[in-house]
Amino acid sequence: MVINMDVLKRIPVKEQDPKVRARNFEEVCLGYDKEEAMEEASRCLKCKNAKCITGCPVSIDIPGFIKAVEAGDIEEAYQVISKYSALPAVCGRVCPQETQCEQRCIRAIKGESVSIGKLERFVADWARVNDVKPEAAKEKKSQKVAVIGSGPAGLTCAGDLAKMGYDVTIFEALHEPGGVLVYGIPEFRLPKDTVVKSEIENVKALGVKIETNVVIGKSTTIDELMEEEGFEAVFVGSGAGLPKFMGIPGENANGVFSANEYLTRSNLMKAFDENYDTPIAAGQKVAVVGGGNVAMDAARTALRLGAQVYIVYRRSEEELPARVEEVHHAKEEGVILKLLTNPTEILVDDNGWVKGMKCIEMELGEADASGRRRPVEKPDSEFELEVDTVIMSLGTSPNPLISSTTTGLDINKYRCIIANEENGQTTKEGVFAGGDAVTGAATVILAMGAGKAAAKGIDEYLQNK
Amino acid sequence: MYRIVKKESLNPTVTLMEVEAPLIAKKAEPGQFIILRVDSNGERIPLTIADFNRATGTVTIIYQIVGATTQALDHLKEGENIQDFAGPLGRPTETEDFKKVAVVGGGVGCAIAYPVAKKLYEQGCEVHSITGFRNKELVILEEEFKKVSNKLVLMTDDGSYGTKGLVTDALKTLIESGEKYDAVITIGPLIMMKFVCALTKEYQIKTLASMNPIMIDGTGMCGGCRLSVGGKTKFACVDGPDFDGHEIDFDEALTRSSIYKPFERRAHEEVCHLYEMEVK
Ligand SMILES: Cc1cc2nc3c(=O)[nH]c(=O)nc-3n(C[C@H](O)[C@H](O)[C@H](O)COP(=O)(O)OP(=O)(O)OC[C@H]3O[C@@H](n4cnc5c(N)ncnc54)[C@H](O)[C@@H]3O)c2cc1C
Ligand SMILES: Cc1cc2nc3c(=O)[nH]c(=O)nc-3n(C[C@H](O)[C@H](O)[C@H](O)COP(=O)(O)OP(=O)(O)OC[C@H]3O[C@@H](n4cnc5c(N)ncnc54)[C@H](O)[C@@H]3O)c2cc1C
Ligand code: SF4
Ligand code: FES
Repeated sequence: MVINMDVLKRIPVKEQDPKVRARNFEEVCLGYDKEEAMEEASRCLKCKNAKCITGCPVSIDIPGFIKAVEAGDIEEAYQVISKYSALPAVCGRVCPQETQCEQRCIRAIKGESVSIGKLERFVADWARVNDVKPEAAKEKKSQKVAVIGSGPAGLTCAGDLAKMGYDVTIFEALHEPGGVLVYGIPEFRLPKDTVVKSEIENVKALGVKIETNVVIGKSTTIDELMEEEGFEAVFVGSGAGLPKFMGIPGENANGVFSANEYLTRSNLMKAFDENYDTPIAAGQKVAVVGGGNVAMDAARTALRLGAQVYIVYRRSEEELPARVEEVHHAKEEGVILKLLTNPTEILVDDNGWVKGMKCIEMELGEADASGRRRPVEKPDSEFELEVDTVIMSLGTSPNPLISSTTTGLDINKYRCIIANEENGQTTKEGVFAGGDAVTGAATVILAMGAGKAAAKGIDEYLQNK
Repeated sequence: MYRIVKKESLNPTVTLMEVEAPLIAKKAEPGQFIILRVDSNGERIPLTIADFNRATGTVTIIYQIVGATTQALDHLKEGENIQDFAGPLGRPTETEDFKKVAVVGGGVGCAIAYPVAKKLYEQGCEVHSITGFRNKELVILEEEFKKVSNKLVLMTDDGSYGTKGLVTDALKTLIESGEKYDAVITIGPLIMMKFVCALTKEYQIKTLASMNPIMIDGTGMCGGCRLSVGGKTKFACVDGPDFDGHEIDFDEALTRSSIYKPFERRAHEEVCHLYEMEVK
């Protein structure tokens, strides 16, 4: 088979047709097959001083695994990746490669970068289908470590510690492990039953125990885990799950949801599926306020539930914090972008339901401290947007449940846990932290990087104890 | 999985279950709740911890059969398991500092009021309980309340048992007769709590209302349970469920409690006639 041979261009990846996929929850991107992957791998120059590695937060040996793909030895490629990353099938799908590894790829100087993310994804999917597993620890240690939260940070930290032989238990508040991977990021970007579940199974196969329905700070506390249950170290990877609201009039009307609620109903509780009990008020005309990944996910979920959808964002398209690929997908599917627009009030009908949203147009003024141009209101530009549902996607902050119930665990003014970047050590001896709980809402791969660093920190701490 | 060690029908629509959950039993305090999921396709619903036994590691819940999930729960038998059971959630009811309290419960809300009354009584507080029901058939926990109250007034809407009238009538009578309460604690249907709070506001008696908005996670991550209290947005699952009754926007809470009415899909065909006949 002859595939595209222009080495400056990537091998395109198959996707579901936008018109079809806008009405289903199946994965949008279909991924490479082996031939395409080997072809794409051949575009890599296997640089000695590979720049791509420096762009990867967990420093995967990218040319190393790509070389194995080119040679057709996918199992070898998987073992290379597994040394660095516990969730490659997830990262290959949701990492913003365009600002990480792929941005630094030498090929990007002239032409398109190597499709590193799609190759990583192919390798991990191949390993799942062919039942290749990472290797478990040979020697066991007796020391017990507790990990709080089963998102990417917790799973990575637990996996790494188990590989070192520690006795690790993850405590998860919800009934299903995975954190944002199960309740936040939708099925059409990250399939749950196949991809997420099997990566979690891999972590369990390393010997990690997962206890669901345990809310630390309520069911038990960190102090009790350490003083009564014999855990010698604790890693906190509890994420940043507390939603923000705008504080504008009408925000508690029926039909106004946080993106977290909307997405949790749809993803975790599978409200989109007739066979599940949890209801969702999908809406006919939906406004999603915000411009991050979460806003895109909420908008595309609403679209799939049958609504007409607007994204309302106060800056311009260039500043949208969401991944370029996701903005592109959202537009293809028919999401309407209302940029340089800010809501000022939610209009409510006599029954207490949303009937519209008052907005004002914005223009970009001077650059602020962060270098981004600050949006300012355009005088006399108010208008009404007719909608019946509003989804607030303004960001999240860490839940104070853990910090407020643990003695000596300090937080900063954004309520994030204070932790050393190098080894995750917090202000409390034996307690380490990482991921969104420390940085505020960030990315999967950064959370994994922090989990990894903390696993090393915990190992050093326990060895010297 | 959490085993049901005891199941008992308290009235035609209200059931008591004792569930094995040692971690929760160890920590539970009156006023807190659990979130359960009956099976893997199920919805997460909040239910108050009506009682707990730290020694046997069991937690008691008392629920009213109102829709699909409570019905599915009621299909489980003694010895069978509930899939998920998380807690204790929410803040315990503030019971310190009170010397004399009126506890006002309505319907299944009495199940939630009972552990609070019990704790107050055990602390040496004078407890006057007022419990209200639609009719004689629906009366629950009468003996239990008697044991933990210095005075118990049982009301039915139709006068088929106890005194005829609403709980607000009984409360007003007690206050007018000169009883001086440090606080009133009220738990029941929103509309009942709204009127209890309106009454105690007239007499300027501190009042705590236990709110029961729709919840999903119950850990503070979705805001589905939000309420306006004193003009501020609060999440009932973490900031509550008890709030100062004179500060709560009850009308907003009443509206919000109806959000999913049009969407309760499985509930529509299957809703049992019990609901239609006995509860409405
Ligand atoms: C909708 C959405 C889309 C996103 N899209 C992307 C994307 O495309 N690419 C990307 O890189 N990033 C994306 N992100 C961000 C990314 O998912 C997060 O940065 C990442 O998941 C953080 O990992 P974490 O392990 O720190 O926390 P989380 O994934 O939030 O996991 C924390 C876990 O801890 C549990 N927990 C919390 N409190 C307690 C407690 N008290 N006791 C026990 N357990 C507790 C929670 O239930 C949860 O399971 C997205 C986020 C969202 C919400
Ligand atoms: C903190 C808290 C503690 C609670 N404790 C108890 C308890 O101890 N015993 C008990 O019987 N009930 C309690 N409830 C109410 C209970 O959660 C609901 O009755 C239950 O969720 C209904 O589920 P369902 O699927 O059977 O009914 P659904 O099909 O979901 O609903 C049936 C009807 O109930 C209404 N409804 C749905 N959710 C709630 C809710 N949270 N509160 C009030 N009405 C609702 C619906 O609008 C509908 O009219 C509590 C609620 C909260 C928030
Ligand atoms: S920088 Fe690009 S070409 Fe060089 S090794 Fe990395 S992926 Fe290959
Ligand atoms: S139920 Fe989700 S925040 Fe309270």
